[in-house]
Amino acid sequence: MMITPAAPSLAGSIAAKMKPPSRFGDKAFEWLTLAMALAVVGLVFLVGWQLARGSSLAIQRFGFHFLTTSTWDPVAEQFGALPFIYGTVVSSLLALIIAVPLSIATAVYLTELAPVWIRQPLVSLIEMLAAIPSVILGLWGIFVMIPWLRDHPFPFLKKLFGWTPFFSGPIYGVSMLAGGIIIAIMILPIVTSVSREILRSVPNLQREAAYALGATRWEVTRIAVLSYAKKGLFGAVILGLGRALGETMAVTMVIGNTPQIAASLFAPGYTLASVIANEFTEATTDMYLQALFEIGLVLFGITILANLVAQLLLKTMTTKMTSRVAQ
Amino acid sequence: MNATNFVSRLLFSLGFVAFAIGAQAQMTINGAGATFPYPIYSKWFDEYAKVDPSVRFNYQSIGSGGGQKQILAQTVDFGASDGPMSDDNLAKAPGKLLHIPTVAGADVVTYNLQGSPTLKLDADAIAAIFLGQIKKWNDPKLTALNPGVKLPDQEIVVVHRSDGSGTTYIWTDYLSKISPEWKQKVGTNTSVNWPVGLGGKGNEGVAGQIKQTPGALGYIELIYAIQNKMPYADVKNSSGEFVKASLESTTAAMATAQIPDDFRFSITNSPGKDAYPVCGATWLLVYEQQKDAVKGKKLVEFLKWAAKDGEKMAKDLQYAPLSDNLRERVLKRVDEIKM
Repeated sequence: MMITPAAPSLAGSIAAKMKPPSRFGDKAFEWLTLAMALAVVGLVFLVGWQLARGSSLAIQRFGFHFLTTSTWDPVAEQFGALPFIYGTVVSSLLALIIAVPLSIATAVYLTELAPVWIRQPLVSLIEMLAAIPSVILGLWGIFVMIPWLRDHPFPFLKKLFGWTPFFSGPIYGVSMLAGGIIIAIMILPIVTSVSREILRSVPNLQREAAYALGATRWEVTRIAVLSYAKKGLFGAVILGLGRALGETMAVTMVIGNTPQIAASLFAPGYTLASVIANEFTEATTDMYLQALFEIGLVLFGITILANLVAQLLLKTMTTKMTSRVAQ
Repeated sequence: MNATNFVSRLLFSLGFVAFAIGAQAQMTINGAGATFPYPIYSKWFDEYAKVDPSVRFNYQSIGSGGGQKQILAQTVDFGASDGPMSDDNLAKAPGKLLHIPTVAGADVVTYNLQGSPTLKLDADAIAAIFLGQIKKWNDPKLTALNPGVKLPDQEIVVVHRSDGSGTTYIWTDYLSKISPEWKQKVGTNTSVNWPVGLGGKGNEGVAGQIKQTPGALGYIELIYAIQNKMPYADVKNSSGEFVKASLESTTAAMATAQIPDDFRFSITNSPGKDAYPVCGATWLLVYEQQKDAVKGKKLVEFLKWAAKDGEKMAKDLQYAPLSDNLRERVLKRVDEIKM
């Protein structure tokens, strides 16, 4: 090959002769990521489709009644999911009511108030809570939490609020409330970690601006930090809700596994995930298995619905916030 | 350098593959099903490996429902179930399925009362408690059965299994036999629509809940009550005797029970003075016509060994062995398996 001395006029012609830089790598990367993203969506549809296929006979036979009736009788093959739906929704909401204030308060303490040396050990401890296997937590629930709840906090609650339907009736220990508490313990780490990350991402300028206006520490946290991070914190709560809806093992061990709808939180309940875990292995008849598949489908639907509602809430929240800014 | 590394790796993996193929020459017989007999089955498979090293058993304790499904789909060489198969399910089988009973177990009524007295219960009392008709410990029916025991004015908290299980099958089978009302309202199954009570997951869940709840009463496997040192009631059998649950009284129930030719039997409420009334067997499920002659022969050899020698290990693991007359019938049935 001959090397020509580089002349300014030649440089242009070489550039012209050179092939344009290949875009193949870029394109391939784009396709690859697209395929990955589609695979996730596909997986969700596949799961839904399989559940629907597995329960087609039950759907045909029970129709809409499956969602509105309360009998669960494997012998007579009468299946209604209402008490399970009720149990899943109520225990998850209870868990959120308990866990969200605790988690957000912990996150605020860790990012805004705690001395630096205490932060890392505390964070590690909270994250360790997430590492406890569900079944261990359940055993702890049966042998430690339930007897304690039954002997101390529950009678106290009954004495204070026994006049409302929510805290009336006999106290067994195992109950909807115990289920809610154990789920709360399980979702606490994730809601706390995510909230902490969000609060940490609040720019310091926000805080400084508030201090400059003469705000107290509490006011800074409220106006500059929490309000700024509202959207993100809401996301953390939804993440917690997603986990709460599907929690199985520990809940099964403390909720009492009785398919009924009772106003009292001291009464035992049952959840969708628990009934699948409990009965799937020994279900021998087709209709029974189909009904359990349909329970899975209902749980799947509720999870998706919860996420959709959350998205809508988030949207209205954002528009409200922007309109306030506009004013 | 890289090349030698690659070659050594290649050789290593080839060796590994060769090893795996060598291991494959040993025959594997696959089974799946019931969890209740899993400890004794795995003991049998272990011991049998010494008797015949050329076969290896792979048993997955996925539950009776799974065991029945898999043997029907012929994905395993044998199934295992804590309850006999229903007529509907048997009709789905591509060939004739044989029920081979292996061992039996008993359910006991355990409770949490001050001082842990040994109670006496009869069929009427048990049915009434589980139907929610007897609600208090000092109910006249219970005090009449237990003249020496001071029963408290306390609510009976009924605890049952929440997961589907052979233990529940035996329990509801007993209740259905002794109480027409139970049979009509609830019935027999691995899980049912309970009129009253709290559900605990597994024997450990029920036992835990009973231990933690004063005034609680429920049923668990006999072994579990012994291991956890929980009190359990003597139950009046159909001959009018109060019998303590034990391996002997379970085997006695098998000896006197009516056992049909297809071995789909129930030994609850069995006649006979010494028979404990709440017990049941567990079965292996095999096809009468084996598809693979070599495998079928090995399976038959194992079944015979289990009935002769395996049964002797049952008591050590707290299972009731088959009664002698039933064992003879089982051996005859195993001989009928065709290759």
